[in-house]
Amino acid sequence: MLSYILKRVLATVPVMIIVAVFVFLLLRLTPGDPAAILAGDAATPAQLERIRDNLGLNDPLHVQFFTWTGQMLQGDLGTSLISNTSVADMIGDRLGPTINIALMTIIISVLLAVPMGVIAAWRHRTWADFAVMSFSVLGFSVPVFVIGYVLIQIFAIELRWVPVQGYASPTDGLGDFFIRAILPSLTLATIYVALIARMTRASMLEVLGEDYIRTARAKGVRENTVLFRHALRNAAVPILTIIGTGFALLISGVVVTESVFNIPGIGRLTVDAILARDYPVIQAMILLTAGIYVLVNLLVDISYSFFDPRIRY
Amino acid sequence: MKTLRPLSALRGSMAATLMAGATMLTPLAAQAEEEKVITAVMHSGLRVLDPVITTAHITRNHGYMVYDVLTAVDENFQPQPQMAEFAVSDDGLTYTFTLRDGLKFHDGAPVTGEDVVASLTRWGKRDSGGQMIFDVTASLEATDDKTVVWTLSEPFPPLMNVISKQSAVPPFIMPKRVAETSADETITEYVGSGPFVFETDEYEPGVSVTYSKFDGYVPRSEEASWMAGGKVVNVDKVVWTTMPDSLTAINALAAGEIDYLEQVQVDLLPILQTAPDVTVETRDPLGYVTIGRPNFLHAPFDNPKVRQAALEALSQENVLATMMGDPSYYKVCGAIFGCDTPLGDEAGAEAITSGAHPDKAKALLEEAGYDGTPIVLMAPTDVVSLSNQPVVAAQALREAGFNVDMQPMDWQTVVNRRAQQLPPAEGGWNIFFTNWMVPEISDPLINVMVNGRGDDAWFGWPSDEKIEALRSDFVAAASDAERKEVAVKIQEHVMDNVNYIHLGEYTMPQARQNAIQNMIPSPVPVFWNVTKED
Repeated sequence: MLSYILKRVLATVPVMIIVAVFVFLLLRLTPGDPAAILAGDAATPAQLERIRDNLGLNDPLHVQFFTWTGQMLQGDLGTSLISNTSVADMIGDRLGPTINIALMTIIISVLLAVPMGVIAAWRHRTWADFAVMSFSVLGFSVPVFVIGYVLIQIFAIELRWVPVQGYASPTDGLGDFFIRAILPSLTLATIYVALIARMTRASMLEVLGEDYIRTARAKGVRENTVLFRHALRNAAVPILTIIGTGFALLISGVVVTESVFNIPGIGRLTVDAILARDYPVIQAMILLTAGIYVLVNLLVDISYSFFDPRIRY
Repeated sequence: MKTLRPLSALRGSMAATLMAGATMLTPLAAQAEEEKVITAVMHSGLRVLDPVITTAHITRNHGYMVYDVLTAVDENFQPQPQMAEFAVSDDGLTYTFTLRDGLKFHDGAPVTGEDVVASLTRWGKRDSGGQMIFDVTASLEATDDKTVVWTLSEPFPPLMNVISKQSAVPPFIMPKRVAETSADETITEYVGSGPFVFETDEYEPGVSVTYSKFDGYVPRSEEASWMAGGKVVNVDKVVWTTMPDSLTAINALAAGEIDYLEQVQVDLLPILQTAPDVTVETRDPLGYVTIGRPNFLHAPFDNPKVRQAALEALSQENVLATMMGDPSYYKVCGAIFGCDTPLGDEAGAEAITSGAHPDKAKALLEEAGYDGTPIVLMAPTDVVSLSNQPVVAAQALREAGFNVDMQPMDWQTVVNRRAQQLPPAEGGWNIFFTNWMVPEISDPLINVMVNGRGDDAWFGWPSDEKIEALRSDFVAAASDAERKEVAVKIQEHVMDNVNYIHLGEYTMPQARQNAIQNMIPSPVPVFWNVTKED
């Protein structure tokens, strides 16, 4: 197992190098000028040229690339071209809200979706199955910002149970965090509940048709044990894959939800950086996102062996 | 036995949890019971902290919080002393500034003449008006700690107006060590002598910025008037928070979570009409203008007849109505220097203020021999205030016989592409649209679109000797009456030569909690004088 993990970690190196080269080149090919954002609308071409010189944007591409990679290898993510602040600090400030909301979303999603999927498969072709599938279609179909606005209207404006917007760190008080994170998490959870419930149902349906399930039932094993110990455990691999991918997606930024609920997360940071062509921030964010995907996939792969002993690395 | 229904139980427990959490909730607007904090949502996030290197409005607003200025215009457009009294010699060549008592920076150091000289010198390298003054500067020196003498080689009568302007870019006074930063690099230390202290540790670029009252600030005794007069701070802190979603900001204001919203999208105003504790108002007396800028380098807009055809084809009313919807927030106005400014005059503007004239436009195109060359019209799609003008203009130009190639793109691509002098088919362009605050176009020395210096002019690059001669006349004019006379000539020339297409004025409503009182009317939103009731 250890050698497998080591191999996988080493395999991320070429992936990250390829991502870095592509991101760097694509950004330089995209039209846009950070100097123009910095200087504003009235700057003359000569002023812009001098600012570009100072920012190093007029250096040859290979010089810019090696300067950046040199910094990265020393653990320095660089400085924002626009706000002149450390990219590491910017990402550090924004990562917390995103991770916390993502965790809460995934917890809500798993707690709701897995039982829903199991029930739908267990009561296949009954009203329960139909209800879960209907919710699933709805969860996939309604745009996330609509769900967000509806929840705000009901719980923040009409009932006044929670605030309209904002984020509070759990370190400053769990109550404040919960009350501000609940609506964005529920909003995001809608689509993940739909996704995980569908996957759980499909996977469970396949497993419930297996001989060993019939055998377990014939032996008089309680239905709960059949469902959750025998069937769900064997159906877990695809469900875990979906949960892992969903978590990586959430971490890599959910800009619409962050905007609707005014959460200072990394989704907004990335979009703002792209609109301003703030190259160091965009490059760092894309590398971070790639790293998160690699890490989450590795964790998901490792977790397979815990649920399915047949899988060994 | 009473059976608890599972759903009711769940509902009950959820409600209880939420209510319990709600009692623990600290509304943003009342973050600290002891401190008076104003939470404001501004028009955009603050990302650039150097108010001299950029013309971004949010950074200018930040500048007025943290820094002070030597002199500033009041609501009558008259320069008034702010940090310094000023005197002008009879020959108009020597300006003497005397700093008032009690001025100090946020680090406790006194403001000296050396700081002023360094700040003005840096500003003069960035600001177009400042550059013109420095072109005729013989010397600028601090003769003692409190006195700065600016000597010119030839008279520059509008000098006081230029250094007292409220926008793009005011000469904010910084400590000498900060002001010695190159004018092409951003400053890295944010120490001013203004009424608020910038809290570096609490700053999150694009998310929030906190300003604390500067206890060492000594306000002037005069009443506040625009950027002049006494800047009396009545609150402990002002927090600017960024909300990218307009609806969220409005909901937050209605729910009492924020105190002030700098710009309210007009189509969302009805939501606030039912909010009992909120006042919607327009406190910026001048507002904004929206304009179209043709490219003088390439066909067909290198031909004045074709530019005139475009002017005839467009209608201010149509553009503004599409942009704003509610007529109470826009004004058809032909004055390129603004309808409510001292230099504003609508001479020669009938073509654009009296509706669209497609027949006249067609006749002009025929006269010009327009051969159907496509017009590359850049249409930004990601900036709400700039997304409608291109669409309306494209339709109007097509109706007049232009062959329009409207190209949707993000604003950053517009910004990049408008700097390209290449032919339109090779990555250049023919026309784009943008907006300005009226104070940024209210004077021929400030308005970059009346610069006619070819490659050194603003994007579009007109080589216009006549307008340059008129701008020189404006600089030389000795009285307000003479300046107005020249400004009217520039107005007439711009309408005839179509240096740009002035598409009218609009204002943006603001909204505040009723507990926020005494906000002064001003083209720049300011937080001095403001009180917050308990």
